[in-house]
Amino acid sequence: MAYAAGVDVGSTQTKAVVIDEARRIVGRALTDTGANVMRAAETAFRQALADGGIPEEEVEFVVGTGYGRYKVTFGNTQVTEISCHARGAVQLFPHTRTVLDMGGQDTKAIRVQPTGEIIDFCMNDKCAAGTGRFLGAAAVALDLPLSELGPTALRGERAVKISTTCTVFAESEVLSWLGKGKKIEDILLGVHESIASRSIGLLRRVGIEAEVTFTGGVTRNQAMVDTLNKRLGLSVNVSEESHYIGALGAALFALDRIVSARAPAAAKGAA
Amino acid sequence: MTIVGRGNEAGARLFRQWFEGLTAAADEGRGAAYVFVMGSLCELLRVFDFPIVFPEINSLQAAVRRVAAEYLNEAENYGYSPDICGYVKADVATQLRGGAHPMGKIPKPALAVATNACNTYIKWGEIWERMYGMPLFTLDIPGSRGAGLASSRGSDDFERDRRYVAAQITELIALCERVSGRKFDIDRLRQHLGWANELNQGWQRVLELNRSTPALFNALSDGTIYLGVVNGFRGAPEGAAFFRDLVEEMTQKAEQGIGTPIDEKWRLIFVGVPCYPIFRRFSELFSDWGGVFVNSTYLWFASGGANLGFCYDLQHPLDSLAEGVLLGVRDAMDSMFFQTQALVRMIDDYAVDGVVYHPIKSCRTVSTGLADSRRALMAQRDIPSLFVESDMMDKRVVSEAQMKNRIDAFFEGLAARRHQAAAAPA
Repeated sequence: MAYAAGVDVGSTQTKAVVIDEARRIVGRALTDTGANVMRAAETAFRQALADGGIPEEEVEFVVGTGYGRYKVTFGNTQVTEISCHARGAVQLFPHTRTVLDMGGQDTKAIRVQPTGEIIDFCMNDKCAAGTGRFLGAAAVALDLPLSELGPTALRGERAVKISTTCTVFAESEVLSWLGKGKKIEDILLGVHESIASRSIGLLRRVGIEAEVTFTGGVTRNQAMVDTLNKRLGLSVNVSEESHYIGALGAALFALDRIVSARAPAAAKGAA
Repeated sequence: MTIVGRGNEAGARLFRQWFEGLTAAADEGRGAAYVFVMGSLCELLRVFDFPIVFPEINSLQAAVRRVAAEYLNEAENYGYSPDICGYVKADVATQLRGGAHPMGKIPKPALAVATNACNTYIKWGEIWERMYGMPLFTLDIPGSRGAGLASSRGSDDFERDRRYVAAQITELIALCERVSGRKFDIDRLRQHLGWANELNQGWQRVLELNRSTPALFNALSDGTIYLGVVNGFRGAPEGAAFFRDLVEEMTQKAEQGIGTPIDEKWRLIFVGVPCYPIFRRFSELFSDWGGVFVNSTYLWFASGGANLGFCYDLQHPLDSLAEGVLLGVRDAMDSMFFQTQALVRMIDDYAVDGVVYHPIKSCRTVSTGLADSRRALMAQRDIPSLFVESDMMDKRVVSEAQMKNRIDAFFEGLAARRHQAAAAPA
């Protein structure tokens, strides 16, 4: 049995996935990226192998993705996370036509073909407004752990209007709302709505076509999922594996290489 | 004997000579004619022996030579907003430094000529008016009324437009006489128009020749060198000679199937202004994937319409100058605002695989409509396109990692598309 692996080195977290020839996820791992990107990639990869009980020598091809993809020094090649999220989303949810990936420092909207190939994409530009980092800034301002943001926001009733588009200024705006006596729950609900609004703006640029699959670390935040559903008027696809979709896509590209190496004439020019 | 590469070397040499001439003029205290790439009227200004200064080219040279940040900071410290056009601010800093520039010394303006092709041109000229008290002459060119709605040659509308431009040129001649102290000499104008004819026709031919496969030059890198000569040497004998030679070089390359040093895998069109702060790297982000730009809207609008190959009628130099300026500047404006049909034609003519849109923070004139233009193109042609934003001067808004990510994904998409097409049943 041959295995393929994908390692997604994001700005905040590094994810690794190992799949078998039937495209099933057999091992996964997640670790903070930190300052040593190469070590994070190595750690995530080894933890994914351990998770699946897979010997390293049985992994025939590794694809690195994410901003740190060129630091996956043990990998065989690199593919952008834009292609990987599209591919992984269609694998998990075959009717996906639009992907929203909300990561630590960037948010991507991707329109895809049924095959997972990209029709169009766009991303937030130059600043981290509307990304996971925006939530991080709010967490710092409110002295809450990240895991509490979603549950707290879900208790909100009247979202405050967060007007700034700057992640740095968002922190001071959150503090100013606290100073005006607004409830933390309502402020956080406002933060979620602000991020959702910017993300939906990106989606509109590429065109929103159902089904919409939500990927990236923020998928674990139920308040964000609910806010997106409400604003989009549909139910976005989310699963337990959503956080790993970029790494899954990378692993699928790796599997393509294994397959094409066995039948070289059949797969020239694949990404 | 090979003549391959001669144009790039000659272009660089001419540029150095041009700036040496400007430095000498500055040292002698001679006043220059400040002009812009869209409607420079160099052909006419040379009759009065003005040193010709293109502040846009000075500014982009500061960026290419990686000193733009110093100039931008100096203008911002003087009070200009970070949101103002980077070309303007680099020029303001050059003026504040007494003309000191990485390529030499820039003489002060004796007069400036602007057209309405860019609204910033006019506000920029007003800065010099306030600094030096010299005259700014604004030439108002009637633009197209809409996509494909330009007055056509021979029509009454066109004749009215041409007469309107001709009347303004007459006023400009009087101003030039007053500022330079020289009488207008129509035979000298004929001579400069003749050299401009050779340059215009050569530039048009060079652009046409790049339909070859592989492409003969990269419009984003080599093309920018040639563009510099189009502007700096319009109406000069050196410009005419350069394009005679360049046509010969490109013809030979086409006949012998000699392309660029890039292993050409993808033929692309560039829409917008290049990213000068990382000029070489920006080009490599595409060429590393085998992407070659076969043409660019920049090579049209920033050539002031020289791409049309307009040939002045030397029997009627003033009437013909008015007609050429009207057509050239109008085409430059159309290249920015109504480019979709031209892009569609080019996709077919140049066998293009993808289109890259590069809006820039500095220039709202050229960037404002690009999102809409891209949608219009995609509605007419099933062709991949990339929208990647940065700036032509300000490295603070150039995020190379983000750009690379988008560009890599664009090429991955192109590869997947080609793979899918190859796998599809015939």
